[in-house]
Amino acid sequence: MLVIVCPYCGKRPEIEFSYGGEAHLARPAHPSELDDQAWADFLYMRSNTKGLYAERWRHSHGCGRFFNALRDTTTDHFTATYKTGERQPVPATPTGAAPTVDA
Amino acid sequence: MNGLRTTNGGRIDRTKPLSFSWDGRLYTGYVGDTLASALLANGIHLVGRSFKYHRPRGILAAGPEEPNGLVTVKRDAARVTPNLRVTQVELYDGLEAISQNRWPSLEKDYGRINDLLSRFFPAGFYYKTFMWPKSAWQRLYEPVIRRAAGLGEAPTLADPDRYAQRYAHCDVLVVGGGPAGIAAALAAAEAGARVILCDEQAEFGGSLLADPAVRIDGRTALDWVGQALAGLAANPRVRLLPRTTAFGYFPHNFLGLNERLSEHLAKPASGAARERLWQVRAHAVVLATGAIERPLVFPGNDRPGILLAGAARTYLNRYGVKVGNCAVLVTADDAAYQAALDLHAAGTRIAAIADLRAAADGALPAAARAAGLRVVTAASVLGTQGDLRVESIDLAQVGADGMARLHGRVACDVVLMSGGLNPSVHLFSQSRGKLNWSDAHKAFLPGTAAECGRSAGACRGVYGLAAALDDGYTAGAAAAPLPPAATPRELRRATVEVAPLSFDAFLGALPTAATPAKDKAFVDWQHDVTTRDLALATREGFRSIEHVKRYTTTGMATDQGKTSNLNALAIVADSLGVPIPQVGLTSFRMPYTPTSFGSFAGTSRGDLFDPRRKTPIHPWAAAQGAVFEPVSLWTRARYFPQRGEDMQAAVARECRAVRERCGIFDASTLGKIEVVGGGAAEFLNRLYINSWTYLSPGRSRYGILTREDGFVYDDGVVARTAPDRFHVTTTTGGAPRVLAMMEDYRQTEWTDLEVWLTSTTEQWAVIAVQGPEARRVLESLVEEVDLGAGALPHMAVARGLICGVPMLLFRVSFTGELGFEVNVPADYGLAVWEAIYAAGRPYGMTPYGTEAMHVLRAEKGYIIVGQDTDGTMTPDDAGLGWAIGKTKSDFVGKRSLQRASMNAPTRKQLVGLRTRDPKIVLEEGAQIVATPGQPPPMRLLGHVTSSYYSAVLGHSIALAVVSGGRARLGQTLHVPMPRGDIEVEVTAPVFYDPTGARINV
Repeated sequence: MLVIVCPYCGKRPEIEFSYGGEAHLARPAHPSELDDQAWADFLYMRSNTKGLYAERWRHSHGCGRFFNALRDTTTDHFTATYKTGERQPVPATPTGAAPTVDA
Repeated sequence: MNGLRTTNGGRIDRTKPLSFSWDGRLYTGYVGDTLASALLANGIHLVGRSFKYHRPRGILAAGPEEPNGLVTVKRDAARVTPNLRVTQVELYDGLEAISQNRWPSLEKDYGRINDLLSRFFPAGFYYKTFMWPKSAWQRLYEPVIRRAAGLGEAPTLADPDRYAQRYAHCDVLVVGGGPAGIAAALAAAEAGARVILCDEQAEFGGSLLADPAVRIDGRTALDWVGQALAGLAANPRVRLLPRTTAFGYFPHNFLGLNERLSEHLAKPASGAARERLWQVRAHAVVLATGAIERPLVFPGNDRPGILLAGAARTYLNRYGVKVGNCAVLVTADDAAYQAALDLHAAGTRIAAIADLRAAADGALPAAARAAGLRVVTAASVLGTQGDLRVESIDLAQVGADGMARLHGRVACDVVLMSGGLNPSVHLFSQSRGKLNWSDAHKAFLPGTAAECGRSAGACRGVYGLAAALDDGYTAGAAAAPLPPAATPRELRRATVEVAPLSFDAFLGALPTAATPAKDKAFVDWQHDVTTRDLALATREGFRSIEHVKRYTTTGMATDQGKTSNLNALAIVADSLGVPIPQVGLTSFRMPYTPTSFGSFAGTSRGDLFDPRRKTPIHPWAAAQGAVFEPVSLWTRARYFPQRGEDMQAAVARECRAVRERCGIFDASTLGKIEVVGGGAAEFLNRLYINSWTYLSPGRSRYGILTREDGFVYDDGVVARTAPDRFHVTTTTGGAPRVLAMMEDYRQTEWTDLEVWLTSTTEQWAVIAVQGPEARRVLESLVEEVDLGAGALPHMAVARGLICGVPMLLFRVSFTGELGFEVNVPADYGLAVWEAIYAAGRPYGMTPYGTEAMHVLRAEKGYIIVGQDTDGTMTPDDAGLGWAIGKTKSDFVGKRSLQRASMNAPTRKQLVGLRTRDPKIVLEEGAQIVATPGQPPPMRLLGHVTSSYYSAVLGHSIALAVVSGGRARLGQTLHVPMPRGDIEVEVTAPVFYDPTGARINV
């Protein structure tokens, strides 16, 4: 059960959220101009990064808003959550200290 | 008494004898015993038969790592728990325990034949044998193998006990109540932290419970423990949880703990919870989980009477039981000598001490020699003898060439073994902490933690009581959160008077003789995995430890390899010729020890498993004796049986009534979403396949939603009630996900549009009135709306009043008859329903349920998304291509629909099916083929999606999806069923009133 920081509501347990997949995937403005391969890439191909991953969450059982998060997929630690439309923040360089729950 | 119980000492209460039964025979134990210690006190070592070979097995350990002693404990017919470890069953008066995996008895088990035929059952035998003849697998091989293998029998009655659950937050969670854990808890509590201290044992104290001689701060160890616990118990910021296993360590410092509340009681209070699940969020975690002694791998190492040296010492010092009368100790470590010395002092003859090391010069070996015990160094073991109990052991000397040569056979009735210690890193590993190999410890130690916390004591390789205490204090103090300005008070640390010990370890198989021994050398006791199995795996090409583990099943039993993982790893590394760290270690998974399903379920069972959503009309339907069915989380009336009708008769009557007179149906569960704003029409244009721009206010349209992949996702009638306001309906089950999809696009894609979304599913009650008399019934109740055919044509929408209640009225039909759907605020739903029904009775109005609704819509070929579609059908596949807005440049799904494969003529298309024999009703899901009698695998053309008997039409009807279905109209196809082939004719997917004349009246 992760603790997720909703940019609107603060720290809430994972069970209040739905996962929204990879973040910053803009829907192509003119899909008819894409060939089948490019369209398939938009539909199905995802980065699936080992490490810091930009993804979306929705606070379904809370404010109902979508927002973005940077999560390390190997440790499940979030380095940031930020509102829809905001730029992906540059993560701080790791200090080597043991992480705290607030991270 | 057989002299195995000591006269004093230990944690048992010799003034309180208990009676228990083992395999039907009665024995005596004492309060404080476990089933294991009580059996041993009665001279019983044989407790089970091994998983595969059915070899006689005895108790190996004294803690949760016990691999052999798995038993079934029975309280009553419903409370039968298999696979409990004898070491963890607390004895109570009247306990009934039964051994497992043997027939007809533990002493005489016919399954032993597997041991004699063992060369046919190596690792992975099921990949190589029992393949011919093919037919024999299903009828003979598999049932026999399943019956022969396995551990206990699952209970057959439902679990009658209650299980509780709690959430808890704390500053410091200390896992493990041995010396390091208690020290950590003391330090954290002293720093003002909120502390939870848990231990899987009934008593705190850990290793101190078996170490009566050691002194802490000038007192006995147990006095120190008692005083420390009293202080902690009196502290309101500390919670002590004995009999509580931390079984899982999850991200963000979230841990699962399982507390046993009543297993140890002879008569648990009726209705009291049996276990409690704690879900703990800790700011910091201190793992003080100790270490597990490592067994030795030599031929014949699994006979009853062969156990871990530390376990023997625990049985003696904690439970007052001598495990035997004549012992041989085989060890690679100084600490195990203490077991021999303690047993010697208690009267057990120590026949020999075989030290695997070249030299044994420490303080304890010296004390052993001084006590007159024979110590042999550079030793090994070539085998053991004895059937149901070990009788002798063949000790060997290892020469300079590394080969072992027989030294002599020594008679004994117990063999104690020790290969050193394995730090318990299970929870640390679960938390994704990094493990580092230590050559000095010959073990993996916790490295960088992934979560906030640290390990302390033996679980991080800090052995010895003084060091463990110190480590615990340090960890506890570091874990406590400090208020910014405060300086930590230095807790006075306890001091220990014990000589420092050196610790050694041994890994892998013991040196063998030049000619390999006949007897099996076991690595994983619980899954019967031997050194030969591991060698076979590497010989067959498995290199990764993950593959070797799964191929041989080592470490995959209920003990998760607690006593086997590291020895297996060493043997594999040796066989591959690579260093151990390079082979790697398999992951540990929760639960640390088997945990009851009940504790995870908690109250989420039976009636409380899922919420049951009911409409405002539900009480009326229940009073009418309706039979209900679950639809998503809703409870809906399925049919209204009268005068002892079965479902078929009721549905036939209801359908006829709708088509001939009129019916009333509760459609309140359908999803409803208000889409409002200047951008509302454009929003729906971009989302749905239909065009909405020219839909006038007061009109509605059947809308279809596809996802970007072009497949039908949901459908529903969408009404425009104002230029900037739409009332969108969805399927009952699809309402939440359609709204979620809408919000996704609204919030994250089309932020240029001014549009708001509101779920109104529960705000409106929806009463469908369908049938030729529908208009006449409603006319008397409705105000401000002209219901005439010209004023309110099919698909029109109007606001008005019904019985004085505000109403949104749809002229719409899911039955193919003249139809209306009356939407009123939910609180008025029941009253309006009753008023409509009263007005309708004179016209023969009949309530109908979901079953009749399904038949009526199928007669008209109206699809139900999720029944006739399965997420892989395009609108055109379902015959709904006409709904696509042709002039729209884009909508969600449009690009995918342009792919060639989405328009292939062989795609499965919606058709109707008429059975040759009109009385036969096809089974939904049945497959369709072109020619009957094909040999399997048949070429499948499609399947039946909806199938009913139509009383109105007098024959069965079905909807199906068939490859190139629309080009097959009139063709004969076949539905092969177990009872025989059914001939069907492909028809258009509409059976009743194809022109729609009955709707447009």
